[in-house]
Amino acid sequence: MDWLFMPRWPAIAVGVAIGLLECVTFLFLDKPIGCSTAFARTSGLIEKAIRGGAAAGKPYYRLFPPVIDWELVFVAGIPLGAFLSAVSSGTFKIEWVPSLWGTVFGPGILPRLSTAFAGGFLVGLGARWAGGCTSGHGISGCLQLAVSSWLASAAFFTGGILAATLLFSLAGG
Amino acid sequence: MERIPFLLPESAKKPAALFLGVVFGFLLQKGGVTRYETIVGQLVMVDFTVLKVMLSAVLTGMLGIQVLLQINLVTLHPRHGSFGSSVIGGLIFGLGFGLLGYCPGTAAGAAGQGSLDALFGGVGGMLLGTAFYSEIYHRIEPTVLRWGSFGDITLPELLRASRWKVVIAVAALLAAVLSAFSLTGL
Repeated sequence: MDWLFMPRWPAIAVGVAIGLLECVTFLFLDKPIGCSTAFARTSGLIEKAIRGGAAAGKPYYRLFPPVIDWELVFVAGIPLGAFLSAVSSGTFKIEWVPSLWGTVFGPGILPRLSTAFAGGFLVGLGARWAGGCTSGHGISGCLQLAVSSWLASAAFFTGGILAATLLFSLAGG
Repeated sequence: MERIPFLLPESAKKPAALFLGVVFGFLLQKGGVTRYETIVGQLVMVDFTVLKVMLSAVLTGMLGIQVLLQINLVTLHPRHGSFGSSVIGGLIFGLGFGLLGYCPGTAAGAAGQGSLDALFGGVGGMLLGTAFYSEIYHRIEPTVLRWGSFGDITLPELLRASRWKVVIAVAALLAAVLSAFSLTGL
């Protein structure tokens, strides 16, 4: 059982396990794994709590009603699972600035947090715009051979390579 | 719609989803893809962990789903797409992905391992980004999202080839790429 407490598992082994997890999800829940819809529902729930019924009338919320569905519960399970994994290997660590960011851009929390927030905004916007994220399109859609997913995934990595390369060359890193 | 023999009753879906989510988060963290360094390392092409995880997941899942499909145990759910949606939305996502260094699933996982930039910056930003999308949706839905629409077609339909042939061809391609990674020590 030592392997359970290792900090890292081989990438391919993890990928194979995620592929099998997809099969289980299709079999028992008749839907592929996806993460970004849950964020849309959560922001809808928050908006509904603040603005009340007015929010529910928005066309987008008629398409994706702000309710707690099983996909939202699935996404809520992710931090719990990651927490258990991190604790099992003793790698749980409260950290504001990732070490790589700290080395290149310095230890200040605000630059990292504002960049992450701006990035998160675009990730949330783009995921809904494209109809999925690196899980829903990148893994679930690609394994179904959906054309939309292969195209979106190529765009995810094109944009990602561009932004990360620019960001780090900006710092001379 | 065809009946899925193992489909859980409504009341069992959320407990099952919680368990599957915990397993998914556990796997993401063990795979190292909840780490900022791993994702940025992939995007600047020095660490190929992300692609190794994704491509082997696609390879395994594609073969598994194809077998299950053959014996009528699952149905497919390919998503609609268009150039305006998939490419423009995908590029917006990608730019954010490079700045944030996490995607929605891995940001949730990173929050669980104690990365507060993923929690407050990532999750916070994503919630605002999806809220913003719900504001502009009625404007872009009849316009941008319909540019170059191609519906929910799959590669076998696009290539007018049998599903098995395409699955085997894509599996061979993915296996070749994964072997190339391991042979070159990436």
